[in-house]
Amino acid sequence: MTHPSTHSGQADKVTFGFWVYLMSDCVLFAGLFATYAVLRTATFGGPAIDSIVDLPYVLGETLLLLTSSFTMGLAMLAAHAGKKHLTLAALTATLMLGLGFLTMEVYEFAHLLGAGHGPGTSAFLSSFFTLLGTHGLHVALGSVWMLVVMAHVYVRGLVGGTRSKLMCLGLFWHFLDIIWIFIFTFVYLFGSL
Amino acid sequence: MNFFGILTFKDFIHGPIETVPQLMIVLGALGVVALLTYFKRWGWLYREWLTTVDHKKIAVMYFILAGIMLVRGMVDAGMMRLQQAISVPGSEGYLSPDHYAQIFTAHGVIMIFFVAMPFMFALINLATPLLLGARDVAYPFLNSLSFWLTAAGAVLINLSLVVGEFAATGWLAYPPLSGLEFSPGVGVDYYIWALQVAGVGTLLAGINFLVTIIKMRAPGMTLMKMPVFAWTTLASMILVIFAFPILTVTLGLLSLDRIAGMHFFTTDLGGSAMLYVNLIWAWGHPEVYILILPAFGIFSELVPVFARKKLFGYTSMVVATMAIAVLSFVVWVHHFFTMGAGANVNAFFGIMTMVIAIPTGVKVFNWLFTMFRGRITFATPMLWFMGFLTTFILGGMTGVLMSIPGVDFQFHNSLFLVAHFHNMIIGGVLFGFFAGFAYWFPKLFGFKLSEVWGKRAFWCWFWGFLVAFMPLYALGIMGATRRLNVVDPAWQPLFIVAGVGLCIIGIGVLMQAVQMYVSIRDRKNNPAGSDPWENGRTLEWSISSPPPAYNFASIPVVHTRDPYFMYKEGGGTGGMTLAKPHDEIEMPASTPMGFIIAIVATVFGFAVIWHIWWLAALALVGIAACVVARSFETDIEKPVRI
Repeated sequence: MTHPSTHSGQADKVTFGFWVYLMSDCVLFAGLFATYAVLRTATFGGPAIDSIVDLPYVLGETLLLLTSSFTMGLAMLAAHAGKKHLTLAALTATLMLGLGFLTMEVYEFAHLLGAGHGPGTSAFLSSFFTLLGTHGLHVALGSVWMLVVMAHVYVRGLVGGTRSKLMCLGLFWHFLDIIWIFIFTFVYLFGSL
Repeated sequence: MNFFGILTFKDFIHGPIETVPQLMIVLGALGVVALLTYFKRWGWLYREWLTTVDHKKIAVMYFILAGIMLVRGMVDAGMMRLQQAISVPGSEGYLSPDHYAQIFTAHGVIMIFFVAMPFMFALINLATPLLLGARDVAYPFLNSLSFWLTAAGAVLINLSLVVGEFAATGWLAYPPLSGLEFSPGVGVDYYIWALQVAGVGTLLAGINFLVTIIKMRAPGMTLMKMPVFAWTTLASMILVIFAFPILTVTLGLLSLDRIAGMHFFTTDLGGSAMLYVNLIWAWGHPEVYILILPAFGIFSELVPVFARKKLFGYTSMVVATMAIAVLSFVVWVHHFFTMGAGANVNAFFGIMTMVIAIPTGVKVFNWLFTMFRGRITFATPMLWFMGFLTTFILGGMTGVLMSIPGVDFQFHNSLFLVAHFHNMIIGGVLFGFFAGFAYWFPKLFGFKLSEVWGKRAFWCWFWGFLVAFMPLYALGIMGATRRLNVVDPAWQPLFIVAGVGLCIIGIGVLMQAVQMYVSIRDRKNNPAGSDPWENGRTLEWSISSPPPAYNFASIPVVHTRDPYFMYKEGGGTGGMTLAKPHDEIEMPASTPMGFIIAIVATVFGFAVIWHIWWLAALALVGIAACVVARSFETDIEKPVRI
């Protein structure tokens, strides 16, 4: 008789460990938010936050990302129902929305750089670009990861290992949404007051 | 764009004093390669070590890493002591100011990140799964990756001796000194990327052991039946998870300043150097508790064994541990009371610092009451504990002294402070880890260490420490600041005494080497047996030494604290129940992926340090490819027959 090496299931441990990782990522963003809060007014003659906020545009970005969280939820439901093709379709929609968000963010950054407001302009802009850029980098990495998980679902189907990968990806994606809500609130909404 | 970034042939050419370690690193590496080839050991190295995911073997590799880096850090210490002992105005020693600054920076960085941290993870790797009754850690592959990333950081830091230079900024690299304006060379970049790479390894290890402790305890072992070492490790890992991301952010922002022309911490365009100091200490203060808590756990394991009594005040020990973990996040400003945050802010952080002494005092009294009326065996681990108790209380009292902001204004950046934290790190952390090493060594290797040489080494360390650091307290009060490369002639006698103290510590290290040699030579005559200290109380002593790869043939069901002791007391009935073992156990299979990823990460670090952007991009793609490839592997477990 073969005995498993561990007492609790591997999927259980992976999901719990991934939660813990997300908490550490949360601290990472807390550091960046704190830095932004300290340097927010350090514009040093450059533009301040209220002069670079375009709220309707940011609302568009926000809606793209929130919708992608919804489709990610659909993908999870489809996976639980064991519907492989529906899962893949929902993941594709999520990926497209995520890439749409990234495109808008890159355009926003390019616009700022074009106007001469790059991250080297002032401490404020350094912290602005770094906070948003770190979130954007997470979305980009999440997109690459999504492709890998889609390949897993496609090749292996919705087996145990793939399910737990999907679960972690889902947690990660919703987590990025929450971070974005904070960015939207504390950077953009408070900034445009 | 230059193919080799900013790397030129000139970066390999050093002055005469720097050339010696450069040659030693190169010749040492070549020597290892030659020995492995001569004895035809490459296959063995690959199969048994580079690809292993066994927590016990990873522990051994952490020990070796810490040992090698301890020697390097002590050579740095020796060079500093010699410089300060002979350098007075008119005769300025043998080190240039810049080289001297690189040495004191390297000393601090190496001793914290590449001696204390690997030493701690060695002991945690070795003991945690055994104490919990687990067959391995929660994520064995991540465990191997964590070790190799730590080793990659150590490789980068040693590479700075061969090509380029190291930071000359002090171990926390405060800006604006560490900014591009005042440190235009690659030294600070070596510092940043060595720590970033090793830091990722540490964070992963933190998550790994947290999940191991929460999810992999033997059946019946509730949290309050867990050995205290598991508790302190849990607290320490929680601190790792909450503190290391802050370090990642801080060093990331510093490197953006240096590479991308940003202005977080620069003196112009709105940057704030004090923001860096706050951020780095928001990591740095928890870091010292990350190190000391496992040491407390080790003492809580061994004192009952050598005093032949159960631990006094288990519950208060647990509460004190968790209280220290929480409080360690609200004291960071005491590292820079002189910043000018104002009287109220300083008062808050001063009071919090005093408060943290209370749970620490609880622990000390618990150990004392455990010893009280016990039949104490003065084995080597117990000697390290007694040495710890004396020196640590001394260091604790000077710490409480400095927690008073008004007093700290006098002692800030003085040698009094340097003496204080060496008091805590050597007398606290290092003595604790040496105790743990001596205590669990027979379990890991199956033979006992020489007690005679162990005790000799202890006495050299103990007296050497006192002779080396008591003069620094006095010098600090006399006004000597830290990091001086030329000293006042009036202070010279005390600096010479401190140098003599370091020599005594050096003899202690030598005796530890002799101890290893003698013990390995006589290993046939000193088999450990399963319970070498004869009074083992916890699960690790219930299995053979060295334990089999799967640790426990059958996972014990635990009924009490100290289950093995109760089991022995009850003549094989109390404490724990053993089921009939299975024939076969699924164990994690070896994989080279952790080692490969770490090599690519080293290349990435080197490429960023020297601005070789194409190589850095290539390395990142390589790491991603490795991770994806690993996710598609299916044979991650293999059956082992008992």
